[in-house]
Parts: sequence; structure tokens; C-alpha cells
Amino acid sequence: MSYEILGISVLWFFLYGYLIVASVDFGAGFFHFYNKISHQDYQVNKLIQRYLSPVWEVTNVFLVFFFVGIIGFFPDTAYYYGTALLIPGSISIVLIAIRGSYYAFNTYGSKDSKIYSFLYGMSGLLIPASFTIVLTISEGGYLDVSDGNVTLLLGELLTSTYSWSVVVLAIVSVLFISAAFLTYYAYKAGDDASYTLFRRYTLWWAFPTILASILIFFSISRHNPEHFSNMVDMSWMFILSLLFFLGAVYLIYSKKQLGLAFVLVMLQFFSAWFGYGASHLPYLLYPHLTVNDGFVNETMAIALILAFIAGLLLLIPSLVFLMRLFLFDADYVRGKR
Amino acid sequence: MFMEYDPAMFSRMLTGLTLGFHIIFATIGVGVPLMIALAEWMGIRKNDEHYRLLARRWARGFVVTVAVGVVTGTAIGLQLNLLWPNFMQLAGQTISLPLFMEVFAFFFEAIFLGIYLYTWDRFKSKLRHFLLVIPVVIGASFSAFFITTVNAFMNAPQGFELVDGVITDINPIAAMFNPATPTKTAHVIITCYLTSAFVLGMIGAFKMLKGDRHVYHKKALRLTMTAAFIFSIGTVIIGDFSGKYLAEYQPEKLAAAEWHFETEDAAPLVVGGFLSDDEEVNYALEIPYALSILAHGDPNSEVIGLDQFAEEDTAPLFVHYLFDGMVFIGMYLAFVSMLYLLFSWKKKNWMHHKLLLWGVVAGGPLSILAIEFGWVFAEIGRQPWILYDIMRTPEGATTSEHVDAMLYLFIGLYALLGISSSIVLRKMFKDNPAAQEMEQRGIDERGNKS
Repeated sequence: MSYEILGISVLWFFLYGYLIVASVDFGAGFFHFYNKISHQDYQVNKLIQRYLSPVWEVTNVFLVFFFVGIIGFFPDTAYYYGTALLIPGSISIVLIAIRGSYYAFNTYGSKDSKIYSFLYGMSGLLIPASFTIVLTISEGGYLDVSDGNVTLLLGELLTSTYSWSVVVLAIVSVLFISAAFLTYYAYKAGDDASYTLFRRYTLWWAFPTILASILIFFSISRHNPEHFSNMVDMSWMFILSLLFFLGAVYLIYSKKQLGLAFVLVMLQFFSAWFGYGASHLPYLLYPHLTVNDGFVNETMAIALILAFIAGLLLLIPSLVFLMRLFLFDADYVRGKR
Repeated sequence: MFMEYDPAMFSRMLTGLTLGFHIIFATIGVGVPLMIALAEWMGIRKNDEHYRLLARRWARGFVVTVAVGVVTGTAIGLQLNLLWPNFMQLAGQTISLPLFMEVFAFFFEAIFLGIYLYTWDRFKSKLRHFLLVIPVVIGASFSAFFITTVNAFMNAPQGFELVDGVITDINPIAAMFNPATPTKTAHVIITCYLTSAFVLGMIGAFKMLKGDRHVYHKKALRLTMTAAFIFSIGTVIIGDFSGKYLAEYQPEKLAAAEWHFETEDAAPLVVGGFLSDDEEVNYALEIPYALSILAHGDPNSEVIGLDQFAEEDTAPLFVHYLFDGMVFIGMYLAFVSMLYLLFSWKKKNWMHHKLLLWGVVAGGPLSILAIEFGWVFAEIGRQPWILYDIMRTPEGATTSEHVDAMLYLFIGLYALLGISSSIVLRKMFKDNPAAQEMEQRGIDERGNKS
């Protein structure tokens, strides 16, 4: 495997990690707020908080890891995306800042505030929507590159079916992934009321998730036929994704093997995510930038890969320790610690 | 004021705004874990619950500042790409290794901070909980180290060759360990410790001034001032080395900071003063030989002045005020913490004197001000370069429109975060004062747990 492909795969994998943990996090924040205003069982929110409290910072690092990594491995992305994304990027920063801070203010401050909960619940839902703009732009047709200047065609972006279908998919997947995880978590906590509620949410959001995915296929075939035909060549990955999805929904519907159900949800997104990513190659940005011409010098690439391996050796045991203490510790999950 | 739209100028303002806001939380984020570790360690060693409570309460406040630090750190990380895409394109080729490692260090810290906060009463052995703060301290200090090497690189770039705009011969390790790295990283890390000690000391001193003379606060003051004194001595020593670094590698930065116009032997140090319109120094204190000593450790040595450089290659002269402000506050912090230690040693009934306590309280905001002065000096002092001698600041900037609108957006954001976090922190400790918590936890006057 070439360094280029190795580099982009590692980064893509981290972005996948972010997709899963951030979805759980953002969805949980939204449900927390929703349950609060609809005066549903207080128990549910305690459960959500118990999960979120020790892990929220870790979530954020996945994201930072990705964008620092992409500048490291593909410095030319800074030039194209950096210039074009000033406004959408700044809006994402503001949303992330509000989400992270108000989560902490609400959780660690002396009282649970409705305004704080609103701010972090809603901003969490908008963050994935604003991030999808990057994926949308990468399909090409939304940038004007001339005379050494890169400008974002905001009008094209805002009136495009493709860009809006990605936004819809982002939001519904967040709610679906999060609900599927919390169903499992509530079940493990032995919290029947929360379990029933999240199971209902999961089943409720399952259908829109698959509908939005189909919409993407349809709109990408019109927006970027080249990418679409690559996707068709890799259709087995998307079919696999669909099968995982059906398996997960079946298990949750029949109240069996909830842990496995969530794993299937993760696999569903894994295969779709990598199917999308692989079919996007070699382009980082249609049609201006490919992984080959935007790649960092070889010395730096090797240094980054070595640092990455060393970092993983440090982080994986730490993450396992964190999960054993909070995620897989039955007493903690049940609120006894 | 009418200003023509210049994306580079607005990019500088926005970057300065974000960094200026972030650095407050970042400094606390690097220094406070060490103070928490010290307090918890004292608590275990002396078997004194007061110290453990101190660690616990500091940690609780710390999380709120960490949250703001994390999100503003994410903001600056993204903003560098949005505002300085041309610079980042070059930086990506040369200095992305420590940027990458910084994320790992922070990741490590974040994981253990989460564990530390939620496991206070989970282990039978108190020592085991203490051990969990060590990775937090290490992660925090290392992330400061890595990110500061990037700033050091901007001051003393090396580890690559630039031939006709093409970068070759890249050596990431040489780029990371450039001549500016030792003094810069040491200075940043130790002043984070110093500032954090003073900010925490301020809280104890303030409580005592408000009439709460509980021994808990006295212990807090003793711990923080002892630590602050040690860190301030370290700061002075490292500061001296920084002067020698500048004299060797960036003489025009030192010359601008010291208003040293003419190259000369046995150069005096200009302290304070004002600059008239025709660049005449008024009302300044001149310390003979001091600049030569600072620059080369030899009172008769030659110090290069601004006359050796073209005006478009040097920084604006107001950096002198920033530099002197930073040094003055540093001296003040050393003085106050030394006074406290002297009194506690020789004159015990003066050590909680009102004036001294006010002196400590003032040290809190002043130390943060010194951090701001220091960073603004470091950045403005490097101008006109974004990458010293290689890339001028405007060349690195975005060409995007609307940077001005983004500036206003972020002013609003930081105002909101600043106000909210102050309110939350105040409320947090007001609703649950130390005395009340000691009662709840059954901790008596001598720090024993019933």
C-alpha cells in the first residue's frame, strides 16, 4: 500500500471514529434537551449524563486529530479548503465552542439550566450538518479556482439538492446512532423506562436514515456521475451496509442482543463510510486535488506514521482503561459508583 | 474609523483575538494539573484531608476552564487553516510533526482527566487515585511543549531548504528542535505553572480577606506561594537564557524590545520610558551594562542595534512596553511570593497581613496580564515575518473576503464564553463554600476525616 493510501485511510478511520462517538454524544445532548422540555422521565437524563460526563473531551480530540492529520499528510488541502471554507468553517467553530462549553457549564455548574441544555443540545445537532459542507464541496462544482484564488460558490451550495440531502442524512444518522447506543446503555443499566424510550427512538429514526441514504445515491448520480459510477463498482460495500442495518433493526425490534445490534449499526456506517471514501479516491477535491499531488514529502510522511504508531501504543491501552471504568463497568453504568 | 478591507490585517486581528482568549485557559490548563497533583500528594503524605479537598475543589473548577480551553484550542487549530492557508501549506510540509504529537499528548491528558474526575472515591487506596493525575500533568505539559515548538519554528525556522519556492531536504526533527525551542518551551511551561500558582493563591488570599480565616485557606496559600516562589526563580533564570537566544538569533527582536538603536559595546538596558515622535527616549531608567549582560553575559560585549536592519524588517517599537510590562510583573510575582515565605519563616504574624494578601490577590490577574504581554510581544516582535526571514505575514494570509465579519462573530462568541464561564465558576464555589463541604465530608479543623 502506498503512503498516500495509508495516510488517507488512517485519517478516514479517525473521522469514522469521530462520526460514531460524536453522533452518540450529539444525539444524547439533543435527547437530553428534548426530554427536559417534554418533561419525560428525569431518570433518562441522569443516564445520559452518566455516559457523557467522562468521555466528551475525548470525542472532540478525534476531530482535532483529523484536521491536524490532513494538513500533515496533505498540506495542499490547507490551501484549497482553508481559503474556501472561511465562513462555513467559522460557523462550525462557533457551534463546537458553544456545544463544548455549555455542556461543561451545565454539567459541572451548580444547577441544570434549561438555556444551557438548549444551547448544547441544538448546537450538537447543527455541528454535523455544518461539517457535511466539507464533504459536499469535495464533490466539486462548488468552488471557483482562478488566478490563484479559491472562492466558495455559496449560491450553488445553498441551492443544491445534493448538499441538502447530505445535511438531512447527517442529522438523522446522528439521532439513529445515538438512540441505538443509548438503547443498549439503558438496557445494561437496567433502566427499563429509558430503555423503552430509546428503543422507540431508534426504531423511529431507522426509516428516515435509510431513506436519506437512498436520496444521497440519487442526488450524487446527478451531481457527480464519475463518483457515482465508482460507487456502483463498489456497490457490494453499500449492500453490506444495508444488510447490517436490517440486522440491527431486527435485533432491536425483537429486543434481542442489543450490544450486537449497536455493533451492527457501527458496521453499517463503517461499510458505507469506507465505500464512499474508497470510491471518492484518488480525489480529495474533484477535480483539483488528488491524494497523489497533494501529498506531503516522504520524510515527513514517515515521521508522521511513526508518531502515529507510537501514539496509538499509548492511547489504545488508555482508551481501554477508560472504557473498562465507565462503559463496561456494570456498577458505574447502573449509577452505583 | 475607516479601514480599507485587508484580509491579512483582519486575519492577524482575528488570530490575535482567538489566541489572546485561548491563552488564558491554555495557561491555566497546563499549570493547574500540576498544582492539583501537588495538593493531592501533600494530602496523602501528611494524611491531611484539607489538601485532598483542595485538589478536589481545584479540579472541579478546572474542568470548566478546560472546556473553554478545549473549544478555543479547536478554534485556533481550525482557524490557522482558514486564515493562514498559504502558511499552513508550507508548515504542513515542515512542522506538522509536533502539531500531530500535540494532539496525541492532549488526547492522553483528556482520557485521564475524565478518569481522574470521576474516580475520587472509587479506589480503596488514595495513592491509586493520585497516580491518575500524573498522566494529566504529563499530557498537559507535553502538549504545551509540542505546540510551543511550532511557535519556536516560526521564530527560528530550520530543517528544510527552500530553493525557488520548492521545499527540499526536510528534516522534521531538526525543524522541531530549532534554536528557539529550548528557551521558548521552558519559558512557556514554567510561566504556566507560575501563573496557575498565583491564580489559585489569589482565591485563598481573597477568602481570607473576606474574613474566612479557616486553616484550609492558609494551607492553600502556603502551598501556592511556595510553588510560586520556586517557579518565579525558574522564570527569571530561563528569561535570562531567552535574552541570550534573541541576541544570537533574532537580534532585531531584542533591539526593538529594548529600544536599542545603535550597535554598541557595554550597552545599557533601557527600562520603562516613553518614545517621542522623533524616536527620542524620555523618562527611561538606564541600567549601565545590563543589556550586554542580558544579551551575552559579558558587560562589555557588543549588542547589535536597530541600525543594522532596514526599517521594513523590524517590529514596531511599542513592543518595548509589552516586554517591560511582562518583566515587571514577573519581578512583582517573585517579590510577593518571597515576602510571604520570608514572613512565614521569620515574622509569622505578618504572613497573613492584609497588604500582603492584597498583593497576592493582585498577582492573579497580573500574572495573566503578563502572559498576554509576553505572547503579544512574542508575536508582534516577530513581525514582519510569519516565518522568520522566509515568509512575510501577508504572504501567509487568506485572500478570502469576509474575514472582518468573522472577526465580529468571534468577538461575540468569546464575550459570551467569557461571561458564562465566569458566572458558572462564581456560582459553583459560592453555592458550595469550602467550609460547607468540609462539614458535609466530615473533615475537622485539623484535616482528619471522621
